[in-house]
Amino acid sequence: MEVVLLTIIALLFGVGLGVAAIRLRVEKDPVVDQIDAILPQTQCGQCSFPGCRPYAEALAAGEADINQCPPGGDTGMRALADLLGKEPKPLAGGDGEASDPVPMVAVVDESTCIGCTKCLQVCPVDAIVGAPKQKHTIIEAHCTGCELCLPPLCPVPDCIVMVEVRPTAANWKWQYPLTAAGERVA
Amino acid sequence: MKRLWRFPGGLRLPGSKDLSTGGAIAPLAAPARVYLPLRQHAGAAAKPVVQAGDRVVRGQLVAAPSAFVSAAVHASVSGRVVEISDHAIPHPAGIMEPCVVIEAEPGRAGDATPSLGPVPAAGDMEALRERIRAAGIVGLGGAVFPSAAKLKPSRPIDTLVVNGVECEPYITCDDALMRERPEAVIHGSLVLMGMVEAGRCVVAVEDNKPQAAARLREALKAVVAGGRQDAGTLEVVEVPTRFPAGGEKQLVRTLTGREVPRGGLPYEVGVVCINVGTAAAVAAAVREGRPLTSRVVTVTGPGIRRPGNFEVALGTPVADLIEAAGGTTAEEVELIMGGPMMGRRLESDRTMVVKATNCILVTPVRTERSEPVMPCIRCGACAEVCPINLLPQQLYWHARGRSFDKLEPYGLADCIECGCCAVVCPSRIPLVDFYRFAKSEIADQERKRRSAEESRARTNARNARIEQQKREQEARKAARKAARRKPKADKAEAPEGEKQAPQDGEARRAVGGAS
Repeated sequence: MEVVLLTIIALLFGVGLGVAAIRLRVEKDPVVDQIDAILPQTQCGQCSFPGCRPYAEALAAGEADINQCPPGGDTGMRALADLLGKEPKPLAGGDGEASDPVPMVAVVDESTCIGCTKCLQVCPVDAIVGAPKQKHTIIEAHCTGCELCLPPLCPVPDCIVMVEVRPTAANWKWQYPLTAAGERVA
Repeated sequence: MKRLWRFPGGLRLPGSKDLSTGGAIAPLAAPARVYLPLRQHAGAAAKPVVQAGDRVVRGQLVAAPSAFVSAAVHASVSGRVVEISDHAIPHPAGIMEPCVVIEAEPGRAGDATPSLGPVPAAGDMEALRERIRAAGIVGLGGAVFPSAAKLKPSRPIDTLVVNGVECEPYITCDDALMRERPEAVIHGSLVLMGMVEAGRCVVAVEDNKPQAAARLREALKAVVAGGRQDAGTLEVVEVPTRFPAGGEKQLVRTLTGREVPRGGLPYEVGVVCINVGTAAAVAAAVREGRPLTSRVVTVTGPGIRRPGNFEVALGTPVADLIEAAGGTTAEEVELIMGGPMMGRRLESDRTMVVKATNCILVTPVRTERSEPVMPCIRCGACAEVCPINLLPQQLYWHARGRSFDKLEPYGLADCIECGCCAVVCPSRIPLVDFYRFAKSEIADQERKRRSAEESRARTNARNARIEQQKREQEARKAARKAARRKPKADKAEAPEGEKQAPQDGEARRAVGGAS
């Protein structure tokens, strides 16, 4: 009797789970989206993957490590460690110091640009405006600082250079109020 | 006597206001050059409508508002526009922003203020609002929010609060204005009351300014005697002196007993709050057609020789103002725009007076080392004085540990940075510095998140475009192949190499065309 009852219950649960597996199926891997949300979207490829999304996919599949994204800095690495339940570790290729990179943007020297359009084709966010044999320029607000357009891609030395993002009243930040010694910052 | 409520926390601070209340408001001679930042207000920067070389007269529009929350900028002297270039705005880090630079030509004919046009009819709200917008009026209490945007509340308003509390130590510009131009304050208040259709209007003055209150009452009596019906619903109320009684939310609480919801604005509880200086500016704009080109600025502190209040053309270099106040008493001074509690340190005197400049506080730089910061002893004094009922200690721990996500539930965004907690802290912890640090870090994270989202969208759009180009190219290739195969159906296929060349050309053209 008990055996029959338990078998029926087990069958019912089995059917329930089976239906749930089909009807409530998640098409996309939500972890990939969560990882992608943390990544800085510079699309620079410094992680050895061809963009942020592919790195997120590799991370979710366990094929990449959490410390491969230099633009995300220490903050990004910690967020990834938190999300994936891993131990934080220093950034690969870094100097071991826990810091975030200074935001940079690329600038085209329009006086030496030859209008080769090479940079237009690699810019992952279409931040460069130009046409063949016309001077190119970079829209600062759209540039992610991925450095993909720098020489050797750009055939003209010093034509495209990286500069620090100009401080404005909108992006300026208050610094940490105490020094390492615990004294007030002047 | 009107009933008053009490807001939590707060402090009685030494006023130090006598320093600058001795004399009348002194008009400052027009400087040789004025620097008018395009963004002296909350919101989007104004768009310049003049070019280098243009002649302008005082009161002429030099930059027009570029959005709903934006404000016009007018020439504050008559002269020639020298350039539109970056100059250090009043900011702790000396940040540069674009300014219209005007060189004064004192002898120039037509040194009259151009009128904003005929006085709009009292009932024409849209025309009045347009007038206030055209006059470039912003909240002169310090928040510099464009006033016209504030005068279109989406909910019914029953009370207009005109804020003459001026609770911060040292600052006396509103006090001086109320004593010397009470009639303008009353008149502006009546205009604004009509505009927001409030049933009553309260002009609030801290009870340490009895002269100001008395002058306002006299002016009100004269207006009522002059036959204005609506003036009867206006009253002057003295509120107890307790910092930060002049904070918008604190004042609404004191006068009406209502609490402005978290993250909300006073209009949500049926109140609009306007500074007395703003009310006077509204009166000037509506009655006389005068745009906002100057303001009253207090120059005070132990580091200045002749403290006082000055009527200063906007864009005047701070150095000129300090010179007019007799110069500094010490070789090296620290400059603060605003008061000692909520003011912002200025990087140097090579900046200008803007619409937000209510006070320049000058103190000699202390030579002795400041006392060290000690560990928090969890005494709780900070929580007792917090006017928002926050837990400053918890905010401090999390800000110090950079756990920014934990600060939101503790209401960091509601902190008004009044500085009460830091004043009473026995361990001298710079609490407000921590909150400012955390707030700007959180804002930065949010900015980065938004720009990452934008980059993601741009990348996805680009990938989709490349994908589509590839598909189109393949389709063209297939079509060509098919077309070629038909006539040569019986012949052998062309060798691989010949087909490759035209494809490459096609690809290059496709990329060139897209970029």
